[in-house]
Amino acid sequence: MNVLVVLIPVSVGLGLAGLAAFVWTLRASQYDDPAGDRARILDDRFDDAPADDPRGQS
Amino acid sequence: MTAACAACSAVDVGASDAPNGGGAIQLHLPDIHCAACIAEVEEALRAAPGVTGARVNLTLKRASVEGGGLTATPLIEALAAAGHRAQELDPSLLAGQGGEMRDLLMRTGVAGFAMMNVMLLSVAVWSGAADATAQLFHLISAAIAIPAVAFAGRPFFASALRALGHGRLNMDVPISLAIVLAAGVSLMNALTGSEQHAWFDAALALTFFLLIGRCLDQAGRRAARSAAAELAALDVPQAILLTDAGPRVVRAETLAPGDRIEVRPGDRFPADGIVAEGRSDIDRSALNGESAPAPVAPGGAVSAGEINLSGPLVVTVERAGRDTALSRLTDLVATAEAQRSRYSGVADRAARAYAPLVHILSAGAFVAWFWATADGWRALDVAIATLVITCPCALGLAVPAVSTVATGRLFRRGLLVKSQTALERLAEVDMVVFDKTGTLTTGAARLTGSPEPRALALAAGLATASRHPYSQAIRAAAEARGIAPAAVSEVVEVPGRGVEAQHEGRRVRLGHPGWIGAAGDGVMLDDGEGGAVRFTFEEEMRPEAPALIATLKARGLPVALLSGDGEGTVRAASNTLGIDDAHARMTPEDKADWLAARAGEGRRVLMVGDGLNDSAALAGAHASLAPASGLEAARAVADVVLVGDDLGSVADLLITAKGSLVRMRENIGISALYNIVAVPVAVLGFASPFLAALAMSVSSLTVTLNSLRRQA
Repeated sequence: MNVLVVLIPVSVGLGLAGLAAFVWTLRASQYDDPAGDRARILDDRFDDAPADDPRGQS
Repeated sequence: MTAACAACSAVDVGASDAPNGGGAIQLHLPDIHCAACIAEVEEALRAAPGVTGARVNLTLKRASVEGGGLTATPLIEALAAAGHRAQELDPSLLAGQGGEMRDLLMRTGVAGFAMMNVMLLSVAVWSGAADATAQLFHLISAAIAIPAVAFAGRPFFASALRALGHGRLNMDVPISLAIVLAAGVSLMNALTGSEQHAWFDAALALTFFLLIGRCLDQAGRRAARSAAAELAALDVPQAILLTDAGPRVVRAETLAPGDRIEVRPGDRFPADGIVAEGRSDIDRSALNGESAPAPVAPGGAVSAGEINLSGPLVVTVERAGRDTALSRLTDLVATAEAQRSRYSGVADRAARAYAPLVHILSAGAFVAWFWATADGWRALDVAIATLVITCPCALGLAVPAVSTVATGRLFRRGLLVKSQTALERLAEVDMVVFDKTGTLTTGAARLTGSPEPRALALAAGLATASRHPYSQAIRAAAEARGIAPAAVSEVVEVPGRGVEAQHEGRRVRLGHPGWIGAAGDGVMLDDGEGGAVRFTFEEEMRPEAPALIATLKARGLPVALLSGDGEGTVRAASNTLGIDDAHARMTPEDKADWLAARAGEGRRVLMVGDGLNDSAALAGAHASLAPASGLEAARAVADVVLVGDDLGSVADLLITAKGSLVRMRENIGISALYNIVAVPVAVLGFASPFLAALAMSVSSLTVTLNSLRRQA
């Protein structure tokens, strides 16, 4: 059962990593304009680099 | 880009010229809908001088522009050149939006990730871990679940405490009780190493699914609500105050009696008052539904909400802000609204029946088991199982999931559903009542008959100088018949009278019959050779109105017309549209009383209107709709705001609402079915955390999928 000593922290760590990623997407305003993001992905202007301007306040 | 809305003309004053203090300017872009629009708008804005950054939010149909010392007017002009309508938004009215959604998403995320982890640990216990291993797993689960539940469950706990504080029960009381009991008792078990069930995953799953319901609820109304707030923010009423130091733009509510204000042609009067200088025509349709413009001269009274049409006026303010005729209607509206707020939706009614039942069942299970086995822990375990299994995750999703889908679909068709219970009330509608001016008619005039071309050409030439609706109708008629306006020179608009000019060396006039030297209605043309030609007008119907009325009647819904306008015009309109039940000269009180009488007969009426004189009726009707071109007061009380130009979507709205109500009832039935199956199992003590997790997930999933099913 010693394997648990490794596996439990790994599983909790993965969960925390997922949560951290979710919090990051939330902070980066990725849920503020779903309709706009859906349209923007078809736009050629952002093929080479993402838009560098500040996000609009929602 | 289509017909310019009435709100846009009122915005002339709204776009303030004061430099913005460094903050971002928010622009409302009602027409954007695709990737190309985003690119065009952002490029146009970035090319404007002084702009450092611009970003479009398509969901909220809004652009945020940053830069130093920006003013809205040049930006709006730049966008107009690129073919996009834009209006400035008052940032103070938009403050505080969007924060709740982020907060809810955060809590959902925490509950979701905690649930996944605890589930994994629970699988080990379900598949046979025992003794010290099981206790270790339970303790780790507790370490994850307790803080997660404490954070994620806050909205439910807060709402439950509020309800209990008022001595009431709402759905959040059994939810909070189930979450707290499940987590608390499991923690005790984990600490003492008892062999009882651990409910950590159930507590988290419950929180997670219910939070998804809350998020859907929030997201569905966010777009609609923000658009409604934008409509309100558009109408920042401003006034041009004449001071000794020159004219100054001020907010309308800061006006005081005795102030002198200038009202330009095309503007709405910001306050009640008496005309001090100038002559003009005013459009009173917003206040009393009269379609024909009325002339005013010095000494004439004007009211806030009316529109100045032809000449600049100087008005001495008599009443401003909350004392205006416009605001006095609010009392009437408040009374009517209070009657409607007692309506409770399907979800409320289900929850009210359900919440006590859940408590009685689990308390009964506890008492019975304690009496039968004298084992307090076992009895508590069964009680928790009952509480958790009956807790209506699916019920929490049943209504929000459907209304999210339906309001989203309606929003794409240009209908903003503002009220939470509006869909259910719309589904029950069995009678439709319309206002006339501005609702069934466009508010514009149309020339009747076919005057001879030479007279029409001359009239059109004169009309070019004027903003009066009749002038616009003459120009439109000339254009439609391909007649070029005659060349006139030295054009002078005589406000409140008409227009005069020189044509081929003669003095020609177009204006009120009384001015030309005749009696009667309409407009007379004096061609300078002794001949006088009369032009008569009728109201222009919305092109989709006759079809809409026919559709509604074909569906067996009685249609009525309530108007503040005179007999003649109302009869003409009702004959054109085929409405038998038409009433003229209705005051706002008459309209509200008429609707109350119909409600007394058991009718559930949908009121469609745009004016101030309709606002009390809109608030009192079972459900209500106002076009976005209507006054702010009407839009504020209406359940649904029609943003597009197509009144015909009212028919679709009723169908969608009916379909949604059916879907909501199905969903509640489905979640009740799960409970009917699960409750005996739980009460008899056969429920395990595994079964609870399964039942909750499957019922929530079924309900969500059922809501997403496309309506036939």
